[in-house]
Amino acid sequence: MIRAEELTFDYERLDEEGNVESKKRAVDHVNLHIRPGKFIAVLGHNGSGKSTLAKHINAILMPAEGTLWVDGMDTKEEGKLWSIRQEAGMVFQNPDNQIIGTVVEEDVGFGPENLGVPTDEIWRRVEESLGAVGMLKYRHHSPNRLSGGQKQRVAIAGVMAMHPRCIVLDEPTAMLDPHGRASVIQTARKLNREEGITIILITHYMEEVVEADHIFVMDQGKIVMQGDPRTIFSRVEELKRLRLDVPQATLLAFELQKRGIPLPDGILSNEELVDRLCQLKSKM
Amino acid sequence: MLRDITLGQYYPAKSIIHQLDPRVKLVTTMIFIISLFVAKGITGYAVATLFLVMAVRMSRVPFKYITKGLKAVFMILMITVVFNLFLMDGEIELWRFGFLRITDKGVRTAGFMALRLIYLIIGSSIMTLTTTPNDLTDGLERLLSPLKRIHVPVHEIAMMMSIALRFIPILLEETDKIMKAQMARGADFESGNLIRKARAMVPLLVPLFISAFRRANDLAMAMEARCYHGGEGRTKMKPLHYESRDKTAYAVVWGYFLLVTAITWFQRQYGVMLL
Amino acid sequence: MSIKVKDVNYTYAENTAYEIHALKDINLEIPDGQFIGLIGHTGSGKSTLVQHLNGLIRATGGRIYFNGRDIYGENFSMKELRSKVGLVFQYPEHQLFEIDVLSDVCFGPKNLGCSREEAERKAREALRMVGMGEEYDKSSPFELSGGQKRRVAIAGVLAMEPEVLILDEPTAGLDPRGRDEILDQIERLQKERGITVILVSHSMEDVARYVDRIIVMDHGQVRFDDAPAAVFRHYKELEEIGLAAPQMTYLMHALREKGADVDTDAATVKEAADAIERWLRNRLG
Repeated sequence: MIRAEELTFDYERLDEEGNVESKKRAVDHVNLHIRPGKFIAVLGHNGSGKSTLAKHINAILMPAEGTLWVDGMDTKEEGKLWSIRQEAGMVFQNPDNQIIGTVVEEDVGFGPENLGVPTDEIWRRVEESLGAVGMLKYRHHSPNRLSGGQKQRVAIAGVMAMHPRCIVLDEPTAMLDPHGRASVIQTARKLNREEGITIILITHYMEEVVEADHIFVMDQGKIVMQGDPRTIFSRVEELKRLRLDVPQATLLAFELQKRGIPLPDGILSNEELVDRLCQLKSKM
Repeated sequence: MLRDITLGQYYPAKSIIHQLDPRVKLVTTMIFIISLFVAKGITGYAVATLFLVMAVRMSRVPFKYITKGLKAVFMILMITVVFNLFLMDGEIELWRFGFLRITDKGVRTAGFMALRLIYLIIGSSIMTLTTTPNDLTDGLERLLSPLKRIHVPVHEIAMMMSIALRFIPILLEETDKIMKAQMARGADFESGNLIRKARAMVPLLVPLFISAFRRANDLAMAMEARCYHGGEGRTKMKPLHYESRDKTAYAVVWGYFLLVTAITWFQRQYGVMLL
Repeated sequence: MSIKVKDVNYTYAENTAYEIHALKDINLEIPDGQFIGLIGHTGSGKSTLVQHLNGLIRATGGRIYFNGRDIYGENFSMKELRSKVGLVFQYPEHQLFEIDVLSDVCFGPKNLGCSREEAERKAREALRMVGMGEEYDKSSPFELSGGQKRRVAIAGVLAMEPEVLILDEPTAGLDPRGRDEILDQIERLQKERGITVILVSHSMEDVARYVDRIIVMDHGQVRFDDAPAAVFRHYKELEEIGLAAPQMTYLMHALREKGADVDTDAATVKEAADAIERWLRNRLG
């Protein structure tokens, strides 16, 4: 679905005459391969390059070196721009700054309108997408009156209406309260499971990624770790060094291990830890 | 105070006016405004009042909500009235103090001027309250589309308007927030002379501009990500069609306009001036 | 130095169709030097409440006393109150406006009538307190990273040397380390200066780790006001009002249900580890 080879990107700072004054490498020779239908998470601290990487998938940014393919299409090929953006939709962090319409349903219709979809078909897609994110009953509302979580779900519906095969969510929950966060993540999981849409979730919240199929961890523009959640979260100290965290249950298990209690690495949930602890007891 | 601006705020309701084609509402508003300048004397304004009352009633928007828009322009209204009241020369002097004087003609002109402004605001408020900003810009885009032939970027202008309308409430809220944040740091926006007040605005305006630019940048990116590439090859989710009710509305509006014009003409022709 | 909130009510847009009763009969006493967590979901009235405490919003009913003086009394200076009760809003970096970091932090003290030198001295002190080194004093605030901007903005309030510091979601949008760093710094400040800190937060985990008192708001009312452990014992009621207890509380209760004799009051990872270790060692004999 998505493949990157030696992908590199620099932010350039221009002086007054428009010459390049300084460069800051944001993505540094990244190689990755994401297969269709997967739920992928990208972790990394602020400024680690994860958002810059995400913007390449939607062809908002073009690589300085290397290549990125979306469904076999090279993002540098100008003629493919709109097909790439239609196939790989993007949801951004700030819910207020990505809703264009003044009524929920009109916003969801914005993408299909741009694609030149016939009117009847737009209506069908709008209904279907709002239904998929559970926002159908708010279709006539003004986005300004919705909560942050609801706004993000409308934004997801807006992408869904373009019939993408992949959705990149760039810190969609950073500005939300726990309720909104849970509803957005649930929606993303549901679309992944039921519609088979590839999800690439970029986040700071460790609890949101424990069920991901695969996790990439970024630091200084490079992918420094990858693997399934269990592998990643068993490396507690390494993650802490990267300004990240692990789920609370994982952290507790790690703390208990340090105190000499025999527990396996990479415990991800409360249930798992409780079971392990009770088994310990019966063995003794 | 900032929250009182109703212009550009849609009031959702199910009414005939809400359902009308935005082009009809735009044209009607234009005609109504012109009619206010055509109408002379009480008879003309009586007809305009009747028309306005009918529109307000049919729109099903609470009257209180419509008049909220007047608060924002109260100062302009007062200034206009005061100027007309004191500066208009007339025959019968009603009151005098030094060089200030009020005449019968001044009172009349000031009264009609105030009425004209109030009606103008109410009239356009009805349009914006009953039409979603998107419909409004769609209507405008269609009405102005002949201008495309002379290379006026009609679609782009309409899109800019639509976005501006969507972000007005957000930026107002933001202004309120930044104002409070600076007040928490001891800022004072109220006291002092004009220069002090103007300088006190810097801590409010700088963050506001930065925020507006950040939002604009984000929004542009979000629009591009959703394949926005101008008006070409774009379809419409809600294309505009004239229904029979729109045709009836046009007939009523033109009827009204002819009536007002006829009354004015009649008054001129025969010198019948009531009041 | 104490704040006393007595029967405070606040209604938005009174007598209109949009009337909202945002605060209902709030009674609180905030003594000196406490570290308080204020919790509630969006729209519970917690932001409205903290804005009352420094006089940005005026109650539609009830009284607020600061050090025994009625803040709505005739001779009470709101400006003085705002300097004593510092309020750091959500995303405070959005209020930065000056050309360099030091000038921006000087804004508060200058508004309070400090001389240039005094304002700069206070600003420098505040910047060091939040961990911003001298090398940043002359940088533009807009070229800093997100976490650094946040610190500068917090310093902007600290420079007014408040006795009560209120922070509305100071960690929103930061990465995990950034969150810990800010909260650790606030804790140190609270301990060293003995000031009162009110931390408005969504995160039960954060609150459990730092505060010694939790106030839970729901629908404009105070639902719980107690020590953290005591509040978390109501974890089922917390869920009913759309909140949750810390993860560790759930874990300890799950263990207890499986017959483990553990202390269910443990709410942080450290407390939980201690409790579980104690229990396992007992079993081992």
